[in-house]
Amino acid sequence: MTQQTAESPARKQRAQLKVRTLRTDRWWLAPALTFAGLTFFLIYGFWAIFDKSYFVEPYIAPFSSPCLTTACPEGARLFGWAPIGDWFTLPPGLIILGLPAGFRFTCYYYRKSYYRSFWLSPPACAVGEPHKKYTGETRLPLVIQNVHRYFFYGAILIGAILSYDAVLALIHKPAGLGTWILLVNAALIVLYTLSCHSCRHITAGRLNHFSKHPLRYRAWTFVSKLNAKHMQLAWASLFSVMIADFYVRMVAKGVITFPFA
Amino acid sequence: MERHEYDVVVIGAGGAGLRAAIEARQQGKRTAIICKSLFGKAHTVMAEGGAAAAMGNVNSDDNWMVHFRDTMRGGKFLNNWRMAELHAKEAPDRVWELEAWGALFDRTKDGKISQRNFGGHEYPRLAHVGDRTGLEMIRTLQQRVVALQQEDFEVHGDYEAYIKVFAECTVTRLLKDGDAISGAFAYWRETGKFITFDAPAVVLATGGIGKSFVVTSNSWEYTGDGHALALLAGAQLINMEFIQFHPTGMVWPPSVRGILVTESVRGDGGVLTNSEGRRFMFDYIPDVFKDKYATTEEEGDRWYTDQANNRRPPELLPRDEVARAINAEVKAGRGSPQGGVFLDVSSRLPAAEIVKRLPSMHHQFKELADVDITAEPMQVGPTCHYVMGGVEVDADTGAASVPGLFAAGEVSGGMHGSNRLGGNSLSDLLVFGRRAGAGAAAYVDSLGARRPQVTGVEEAHAEAMAPLERQGGENPYEVHHELQRTMNELVGIIRKESEVAEALEAVEKLKERATNTTAPGGKIYNPGWHLAIDLRNMLLVSECVAKAALLRQESRGGHTRDDYPAMEPEWRRKLLVCSSKPDGSEVQVVEKTQVSMRDDLITLFDRAELSKYLTEEELAEYDAAAKELS
Amino acid sequence: MSYKGKFRVWRGEGGEGRLEDFTVEVNEGEVVLDVIHRLQATQAPDLAVRWNCKAGKCGSCSMEINGKPRLGCMTRMSTFTEDETITVTPMRTFPVIKDLVTDVSYNYQKAREIPSFTPPKDVKPGEYRMQQIDVERSQEFRKCIECFMCNNVCHVIRDHEENKTHFAGPRFLMRIAELDMHPYDVADRKDSAQEDHGLGYCNITKCCTEVCPEHIKITDNALIPMKERVVDRKYDPLVWLGNKIFRR
Repeated sequence: MTQQTAESPARKQRAQLKVRTLRTDRWWLAPALTFAGLTFFLIYGFWAIFDKSYFVEPYIAPFSSPCLTTACPEGARLFGWAPIGDWFTLPPGLIILGLPAGFRFTCYYYRKSYYRSFWLSPPACAVGEPHKKYTGETRLPLVIQNVHRYFFYGAILIGAILSYDAVLALIHKPAGLGTWILLVNAALIVLYTLSCHSCRHITAGRLNHFSKHPLRYRAWTFVSKLNAKHMQLAWASLFSVMIADFYVRMVAKGVITFPFA
Repeated sequence: MERHEYDVVVIGAGGAGLRAAIEARQQGKRTAIICKSLFGKAHTVMAEGGAAAAMGNVNSDDNWMVHFRDTMRGGKFLNNWRMAELHAKEAPDRVWELEAWGALFDRTKDGKISQRNFGGHEYPRLAHVGDRTGLEMIRTLQQRVVALQQEDFEVHGDYEAYIKVFAECTVTRLLKDGDAISGAFAYWRETGKFITFDAPAVVLATGGIGKSFVVTSNSWEYTGDGHALALLAGAQLINMEFIQFHPTGMVWPPSVRGILVTESVRGDGGVLTNSEGRRFMFDYIPDVFKDKYATTEEEGDRWYTDQANNRRPPELLPRDEVARAINAEVKAGRGSPQGGVFLDVSSRLPAAEIVKRLPSMHHQFKELADVDITAEPMQVGPTCHYVMGGVEVDADTGAASVPGLFAAGEVSGGMHGSNRLGGNSLSDLLVFGRRAGAGAAAYVDSLGARRPQVTGVEEAHAEAMAPLERQGGENPYEVHHELQRTMNELVGIIRKESEVAEALEAVEKLKERATNTTAPGGKIYNPGWHLAIDLRNMLLVSECVAKAALLRQESRGGHTRDDYPAMEPEWRRKLLVCSSKPDGSEVQVVEKTQVSMRDDLITLFDRAELSKYLTEEELAEYDAAAKELS
Repeated sequence: MSYKGKFRVWRGEGGEGRLEDFTVEVNEGEVVLDVIHRLQATQAPDLAVRWNCKAGKCGSCSMEINGKPRLGCMTRMSTFTEDETITVTPMRTFPVIKDLVTDVSYNYQKAREIPSFTPPKDVKPGEYRMQQIDVERSQEFRKCIECFMCNNVCHVIRDHEENKTHFAGPRFLMRIAELDMHPYDVADRKDSAQEDHGLGYCNITKCCTEVCPEHIKITDNALIPMKERVVDRKYDPLVWLGNKIFRR
């Protein structure tokens, strides 16, 4: 027995609307602000890497911590340790910046923000993207985004070091404004790191039976709460790290000189 | 013309239809599912509370006998007792089956399906998922259909080899060969093209009739198609006078008028007040309930925290009582600005608590009405919710009197008697959906090689085309609006002989006008045309409702007569049966005697309770039965 | 409290068509779908629109209002100014049948391609024991009313028709996540999520989450966790090495 199905009335195609979007709100505002914010950060970061005033007792600028070469002043080295030795003459920040940079670059939130604001894929919801072809994260190079969790491990390390730096500053200069800036920054960086989607997956997201792992479930619940604020933490920590870094450099350069600096 | 051959055609893809189709397919029958909407959009998604099944997960004292008793009580003993028995016995298996198909109900501490309390149920009995149980059910059944299609694909290389969904397709006529069903005639909403289904068995699962009323919680699909198709095919409808009005539907804004405000608002402390600020429900406690409900506000308020030592507040009276009370307040001019009464939780619970306990109500009012129920009262009024009446069927197989015709769910009648308990509809769909599917499969088997021949296609085609071909006729929307107003005002919650008679005259005239409607535009997705076709069904069903309402001279469950306010034991034994000619003329309603309950079932009740409902004669029979069994 | 509202509605069959202007009465408390219905009853009886429950529970009346995917029944007229022209168009990603009604069969095809719930063979109905915390994640995804607005807004297919063959869309990637997180499901869904259903196409730009009328956190709770589960299987060098050495 053969069966026919209904034929379509006319040639079936999408509504032939020639405009890219019919949105009437200011949909371009969010990607524009994101673009500005991220660009500013990149420019600052580029400057900071090559800036040499990254240390002033007891502060070390977050962009240059930990300092692992003999080029760093004694106090700036992590545990007074310089494993890289003296052959490395480029700015010391370059060695370690890959970890936090990679973490942020592959972060699920930042991916969203730069795919939207830089790559316009899409610039906003229901606004056409300019590209003819799209393969997403299915092939090289973007398939590499899947390494995010390894950067997360690295970021945990960096978060710990920045906290250590802040605690050292607290011991040596508890009344310093810089100390408190470093402390707030370290807290935001750690919270941002813990709110990561990979972290959420590792704590218990990968399990199907929460009830059999009560401790991991509690950790997951905590991380999930942070995770809901991942975007806010991403921006807060982005600005806090810039502010902290800039502040330390200004103190190191002698621009900021008041007694409790 | 497109033509398909199937063993079983199921009309309707809600809970009952899908369950019937799944059963027919599982019994090896080639099955078609026809639905007016997209697959998975059926009205079942609107059910909130849960599916009643005596699993005893929360209270182990619960069993089918308790559930059976509750159901009969709720229906004021007018129920088809065999259906109520099967329903109570089989509901747990049907719910567990859903779980094996992927449903995720809320859980108890020991990991079983959680069950909640609901009006009229003695124990916590409703399996639920928050307040979206209907959605869970429809999705699970939909996904079960897909799973079966995947199995067929493995074996036959065709997903649709044994079960196919015809979505956005409306059946306008059942086709017959002599006395027996031989198929169905339908059109694609999308293209307006016609299809003939050649099938010896048809299962009706089309739901209710709410769209004949202005204020209803039902969607546009509820035009009584199955009721009308059955009538036109020569089957009978019973209990059509019993229509459940939910006491609390939204009344404002107009766009959402009728949409349900769940009973839990009152269960969680919400109170009903009139424009004078009075909690008027205390004035409406009927004598039979006097000892079960609080008579002072103080006692009613204490009940929420101490249920053992206080009587419940009268806001929690059965649905029909509350609906009548609201109706009376509005008629007396003490209603809210938009014609309802006030339902307030904002003054009763802290805002955070309201959001936590009634998330979807909070959301519904916020998004649909821009009303914050944590800060201001809601306006509510009765809304047409469910029709207890429907196609008269055999309890065990779902078979109607026409060979090859089956019905399940809201479109079938008898199970709920004169009033349905909340939670019993979802389990009804599952239990009788399965039975109708199995009944249809067995009927097809019994035919052997004989297959009835399709006849009457030309007539059906001409009938469906008429509104498109007619020139200069009436706008179908006008006729529809008038019918809705008539039914709402004259055959609504409270009925009077004179008003119902007036409604009948009006319906008669509307029937005339409906034969002269015109739908401009083409056949492709033309809503005006679709409505013109549906009008026939709504009018036919409305006529049955009005005629039955006129005949039944008592008040019982979903039928309240102002002129006959009491419940009469004599009337309990009488069912009103509606039938018509194949062209929809000569709609007749006649009395039929209800079969007495089996001895082992009737003796599940106390004599004292039965004495409120039964005649002296029946009580004597009861005594004899009780003696024999003891 | 009524006024004459300006509407611009897409009319036409099979994709060909144009935006037609209407002036229509708008009353206090109405939603866009009410106004469309008024157009039907008064000016354009054959204006096609799909709808059902009118309470945001069935997901039938998906359309694009001023360019944004919305449910017609959940878009209150009070969110617009009285002199604003409101443009109503059908969902863009799917072929148009007529006016505002689109052919959404893509979604039903994709639903069929995803292997169904697969419980262990030895568990009988009634024997299932699951803790509330173990079912909550999947329960969130089962709130889905299948309005298909997430699939409509997703640029992977909205802007690239050719991806429809190998991309299931947020709705059905979420369905995979739902099953993968189900305490009793034994099917292996990670490889096929990536290979067959196109999880890798998702670049987590979150438009699906933005338009979801049920406020399901599709991206954060379904798609990203599913991506992470795929990473466990496919992109974790330690796991990969282990598999190489022990051959599973």
